[in-house]
Amino acid sequence: MPSQLVEKYFRADKLPQIWCPGCGHGIITRAITAAIDDLGLDPDKVCVVSGIGCSSRAPGYLDFNTLHTTHGRALAFATGIKLANPELKVIVVMGDGDSTAIGGNHFIHACRRNIDITTIIYNNNIYGMTGGQYSPTTPRLEKGTTAPYGNIDKPFDVCNLAAAAGATYVGRSTSYHANLITQLVRNGIKNEGFSLIEAISDCPTYYGRKNKKGGPVEMIQWQKEHAVNVTAASKMTPEQLEGKFLIGEFKNTTEPEYTKEYQKIIDRVKGSDV
Amino acid sequence: MSKKVKLMQGNEACVEGAIAAGMRFYAGYPITPSTEIAELSAEKLPKLGGKFIQMEDEIGGIAAAIGASLTGAKTMTATSGPGFSLKQENIGYAAIAEIPVVIVDVQRSGPSTGQPTSPSQGDMMQAKWGTHGDHPVIALCPSSVRETFDLTVKAFNLAEKYRTPVLLMMDEVIGHMREKVELPEASELEIVDRNRPSCAPEDYLPYKAEENLVPPMADFGTGYRYHVTGLVHDETGFPSNSTEIADQLVRRLVNKVELNKEDIISWEEENTEDADVIIFTYGCVARAARTAMKTLREKGVKVGMFRPITVWPFPEERLAELSKKVKTIVVPEMNLGQMVLEVERVSGKYTKIERLNKVDSQIIYPEEIIAKIEEVL
Amino acid sequence: MGKYEVRLSGSGGQGLLLAGIILAEAAIIEGKNAVQTQSYGPEARGGASKSEVLISEDVIDFPKVRICDILLSLTQKSYEEYNEGLKDGGMLIIDNSVEIEEGTKYKIYSMPIIDTAVDVLGKPMVTNIVALGAIVGVTKIVSTSALEAAVLKRVPKGTEDLNRKALTLGFEMAEKALGK
Repeated sequence: MPSQLVEKYFRADKLPQIWCPGCGHGIITRAITAAIDDLGLDPDKVCVVSGIGCSSRAPGYLDFNTLHTTHGRALAFATGIKLANPELKVIVVMGDGDSTAIGGNHFIHACRRNIDITTIIYNNNIYGMTGGQYSPTTPRLEKGTTAPYGNIDKPFDVCNLAAAAGATYVGRSTSYHANLITQLVRNGIKNEGFSLIEAISDCPTYYGRKNKKGGPVEMIQWQKEHAVNVTAASKMTPEQLEGKFLIGEFKNTTEPEYTKEYQKIIDRVKGSDV
Repeated sequence: MSKKVKLMQGNEACVEGAIAAGMRFYAGYPITPSTEIAELSAEKLPKLGGKFIQMEDEIGGIAAAIGASLTGAKTMTATSGPGFSLKQENIGYAAIAEIPVVIVDVQRSGPSTGQPTSPSQGDMMQAKWGTHGDHPVIALCPSSVRETFDLTVKAFNLAEKYRTPVLLMMDEVIGHMREKVELPEASELEIVDRNRPSCAPEDYLPYKAEENLVPPMADFGTGYRYHVTGLVHDETGFPSNSTEIADQLVRRLVNKVELNKEDIISWEEENTEDADVIIFTYGCVARAARTAMKTLREKGVKVGMFRPITVWPFPEERLAELSKKVKTIVVPEMNLGQMVLEVERVSGKYTKIERLNKVDSQIIYPEEIIAKIEEVL
Repeated sequence: MGKYEVRLSGSGGQGLLLAGIILAEAAIIEGKNAVQTQSYGPEARGGASKSEVLISEDVIDFPKVRICDILLSLTQKSYEEYNEGLKDGGMLIIDNSVEIEEGTKYKIYSMPIIDTAVDVLGKPMVTNIVALGAIVGVTKIVSTSALEAAVLKRVPKGTEDLNRKALTLGFEMAEKALGK
């Protein structure tokens, strides 16, 4: 029921959004609101925070407390919001360059603290807003306007990065697998700790065109054909998994949450001589 | 020794002032010579139910402080030169998004790593122009431990009143020295809280200014769901490509400080009535200047002193008046000439301006100021 | 009394920063003004280190010690580094391990400060308190009662008796040095 979700959670007067025709970001944004709807969160208590880039325009369309910050810094701002008022549900949306290049330090440290923030990285493997430069998730040998001869950087695996840095909930989906995004975001919000959901998006305008991936239909089709759910993958041979990537829930653990740990300090020392 | 009389360090007085002003959130990154501010905030804030966080870097420090301010908390971050450079990005963000935050810069020798434990006044122009684009700046400059307390309170009050970042420009001497202070009782302090909206959430325009050019600010989580961005935005808070709105926004941001200057500006003057020479001085150097002035007065030289407490906005009207009556203004600074550019702009057409600059990582000595004045008279 | 400029020097770890703070607080307890500054950096953890205190009945404008009236040197290295900053006729208080050349223009008070802390009290960490007792005993820049109050305010709980004893031994060696 897309229209109901839009009516309930979008700032309808701000639509249509600025994303290019065929961009996966709209699907991902809608899937996030579906998760919020499933959980019945009070919109007054939800904050959506972003940095700079295509994905970071999402909060402007969403009817919550929304904060569009500086490039790469969304998690640092969000950490301040969450620690100052732990009653708020804080959701962060970032792009691949935003989160793993300029904001890479904030990203790993937010994971490490296990602060109760749910982060969705819209990964389209390119800097879209600035016109198609290669990012830390652009695959090797693929092209961007700043990699005219092919990218020689090895890309990050965002989910492995988050898990290794200490995020307690980690999963991946794609703009094709929209229901899985909703499911992962729902579980991520329920997780009392740092949750990272990587949502593979398609950028037909820059990444697709530069690398001859076809139009939006072909790119979404590619997601469908190359994504393998982690549970199915466990029964597949390495040959069968060649050229595929995994989606699904990769990590779901419980560890002390940052704001709760801080509250324990307050409870211990509050009222003693300042 | 009464309870309120203490031997206190400048950095400690900054934290005491911040807490007295209502600071309940601090985010920062350790850097000499400001670190005691972080350490004391870490110790004291949880005792008050407040929060402290050591972030992964300087940029994260100010970002978290701004985020926390959006929930209604009074927040601060502190740093020194290298960190002040990094914080410029989000000082600009706080300026355009109009989010109160106090940024303390305990100045040390630069450029770059410079001399971490040595004093300097090298960041005065960075305070004014450090972040890109036209923007409002309020910067205060204490010259004693007690004044550090008072100006930290004032910094919070101005940040809240004008919804803008406020800079407290300390220096290593003032930050690290301990001296006798008598702190005021809480009841003696005027504490300002930000103006929050009184209208219903559906009528709230987060960037519609009131008569003083400042819009009321709602706390995140209280039912006023609004949008905050570093993009040029209209009264609703949403981005706008309108040239007219861009012009109006930048002018209003700058004017909310410029047109309220009388309320914001403060300075101190001593012996200016009959002065032939005025020492224009700020921060720790004012201590040397006062000694120099007293010594020269004993010798019959008519020396006075003008000390801006608000360095930005610059107290130019009063300085211009004084300039018409004196033969020379001497400007000692622990940099190669920063605030003197303002003095030259304001007073240059009325009187002679003499510079005294020192960048050897030591405070300017009274004898150096005395020698300069004797040389130019 | 007028204004005193005091420089406490030694090696990092001898507690001179705390000694400076205590001396300044003792002056404040007596209703005087005081400013304390110190050197920072690696030297605070070894090498020659110093802490400086200005004490005055009047307002203290310039906060840094320049040519001092009183210099404490607990080590040879700190004596060599800082003795030039002591005014002619100034009071030089040294640990008896420090060797001084002939013909200086200082009033010299050589005392077994470190040995007293280490051998008599068995606690090297009270070297600074013995030194404070010695300085105040010789110079009378603050009263002994104000100094004791300032010491007890700053030292860790449970060490009061030890520190009181350290102070007394400092006062006593000062009496001896003054030839009383």
